[in-house]
Amino acid sequence: MSQREEIIGRIKEALRFKAHRPGHVQASSYGARTGATPREWLPLVPGDHEGQVEAFARNCRELRTRFFRVGGLSDVKDNLLELKNAEDWKLIASHHAPMPDAILPSIGLPVVFTDNRPTTQEIERADVGITLCDALVAQTGSILLTARSAGGRALSVLPPHHVVIARESQLLPDLPAAFELLQKTYGNDYPSLITFITGPSRTGDIERILVLGAHGPRSLTVFLLPDEK
Amino acid sequence: MSSSFENEFRASATKLTADLRHRALIRTSLKGYEKNRDEKRAGFQSWELARQAAAEAKWEAVNHLDKYLLEFVDNLNKRGSKVFWASTAEDARNYILNLAREKKARTIVKSKTMTSEEIHLNAALAGAGYEVVESDLGEYIVQLRGEAPYHLVFPAMHLTRKEISYLFHEKLGTPETNNPEELTMIARRQMRMKYCQADLGISGANFAVAETGMISITENEGNARLTTSLPKIHVALLGIEKVLPKLSDLALFLPMLAIAGTGQQLTCYNSLMGGPRQPDEVDGPEEFHVVLLDNRRTQILADAEQRDALHCIRCGACLNVCPIFRNVGGQTYGTTYQGPIGSVITPHLRGLEDWKHLSSASSLCGACSEICPVKIELHHHLLHNRRNAAKLDVGRLDRIASGAFAFLVNHPKIFAMAARLARFLQPVHRTVSGSKIDPLLAWTRSREVPVIAKKSFRQYWKSRQK
Repeated sequence: MSQREEIIGRIKEALRFKAHRPGHVQASSYGARTGATPREWLPLVPGDHEGQVEAFARNCRELRTRFFRVGGLSDVKDNLLELKNAEDWKLIASHHAPMPDAILPSIGLPVVFTDNRPTTQEIERADVGITLCDALVAQTGSILLTARSAGGRALSVLPPHHVVIARESQLLPDLPAAFELLQKTYGNDYPSLITFITGPSRTGDIERILVLGAHGPRSLTVFLLPDEK
Repeated sequence: MSSSFENEFRASATKLTADLRHRALIRTSLKGYEKNRDEKRAGFQSWELARQAAAEAKWEAVNHLDKYLLEFVDNLNKRGSKVFWASTAEDARNYILNLAREKKARTIVKSKTMTSEEIHLNAALAGAGYEVVESDLGEYIVQLRGEAPYHLVFPAMHLTRKEISYLFHEKLGTPETNNPEELTMIARRQMRMKYCQADLGISGANFAVAETGMISITENEGNARLTTSLPKIHVALLGIEKVLPKLSDLALFLPMLAIAGTGQQLTCYNSLMGGPRQPDEVDGPEEFHVVLLDNRRTQILADAEQRDALHCIRCGACLNVCPIFRNVGGQTYGTTYQGPIGSVITPHLRGLEDWKHLSSASSLCGACSEICPVKIELHHHLLHNRRNAAKLDVGRLDRIASGAFAFLVNHPKIFAMAARLARFLQPVHRTVSGSKIDPLLAWTRSREVPVIAKKSFRQYWKSRQK
């Protein structure tokens, strides 16, 4: 008998005895699962877009994500030029997509594109990784991206600074909406990596004192642009 | 009879409860966590209903475990992942060892996984000559010290920055510093080199989504993302109870795990991995292996009364609130899983005879059950374990003592005589109480003997009737 059959056999045998439903000791007023969605218990998010932008911005402040709501691509370019000087960038890593392709040539730095399958070391040498994303989540201040939407797995975690460019319509109210979007976008063909990024990399493993940039990016910057007309 | 594990527990607990420095360190460490956790819980529209919903989702998964496991595995296989079913710790170790051998791996990086602690994977890999590096900062620190993690979620919370600085100085030759940021950067630099060299990345998983065949990993540092992305092969090791039915269940579980675990709304990275690099992707591992571990979890499953212990999402919240954990410290338990949840499940995983003492090391205050985000009846299970242990092992002395007590209370005249005798002897006993010749030393070592009333209730009652 294979191990799979053995384990499944033990499980079936064990489940012959029924267990109490949760809440039989700690009483609960009603079966929470019947028809309800997590949206009813999770933190409340404003219903309108402006309120959601505000909520996202507030979460970013708490998480120490730098958030810029800008008027267009040229503003992103100006901001990147400033960051380039402030942080002394020498090499950029990114992936091919209309938005990065439109602004990167005017930054005046060499660019490693992950589409050309660079080595890990080449991406590691970059001072910044610039990516798109699938969505932003107002409720948690998260960026949702996948290996397909954001130039692979390494680009958004290896360089010390991660810059995300998103459109206003990509801002979602809450986590349930993010999972609905994933199901709608990818159906049965999910990318091999999906990740919610909530602030720059951090650790509290030494005396529970917060330190940014443990293994992933020390800085996280999000640009929110109006939708294309 | 007390096992050697029990003796070790007693010795270590006695030492640490008197260690005021340790207690102060744990108290300050948890202060920020408590504040953040309560703030974030209050941000929920209803934390209580969320707990009930999470408990029900886990109940559904665990009580139909065969169905959801098979769905999980089928979905993984469809996308080119390899699944290995491991009945025992040894099976799981051997599979991973063979894989390392077959792929001629040299350097192995690991992201935090308690399940690998459970099966003692590091020792097995190191014994076979592989270099294994823990990439989580806390795990890396305790690995360098050659000790077990102190806490499920905060492995190095018992150490001060001074101790960590000295450790890095000793082991890595770095200059001493009291700055946590500099210490973190030392580990970051060490690990960067390892990531680029490693051929094999080993991770755990916080959840396994049956509906889509994905594992979900919750972390803050980014080390799990690197461990699972850069090496050519990624192996995920997880217990069979990690399954959740639906992808959308994570909308509830990800924030609840973060809030209960670290007091964050959401941890920094919550990643889903559903296979090796797909044809249209630019990077990622060439192979993705999932090792599903039973290792006596089906024994907990077979105990319908305690089955909900398998709902545990290893957030560590019950440790943080437990007055015993906070005083005796995580390493005193001598188990992979510490605190109340460890005391509940370790007797199932490693034998009741050796580990029953953990269930007695509890005040039964119930703080653990109250904080648990998936509503495990932890302190009830501690009582269940005590009951089961009593059935298993009634000592001869215990039997004689309870027999004598039963005889006494069933014979009113003899009971009255005994009480009179005790009243007479108590002043004599008081002169030796707590000393070496005290016959009641087992009791008086840590407790006071109640004073026997001058007049018994019967005497009082009789005097009133007159």
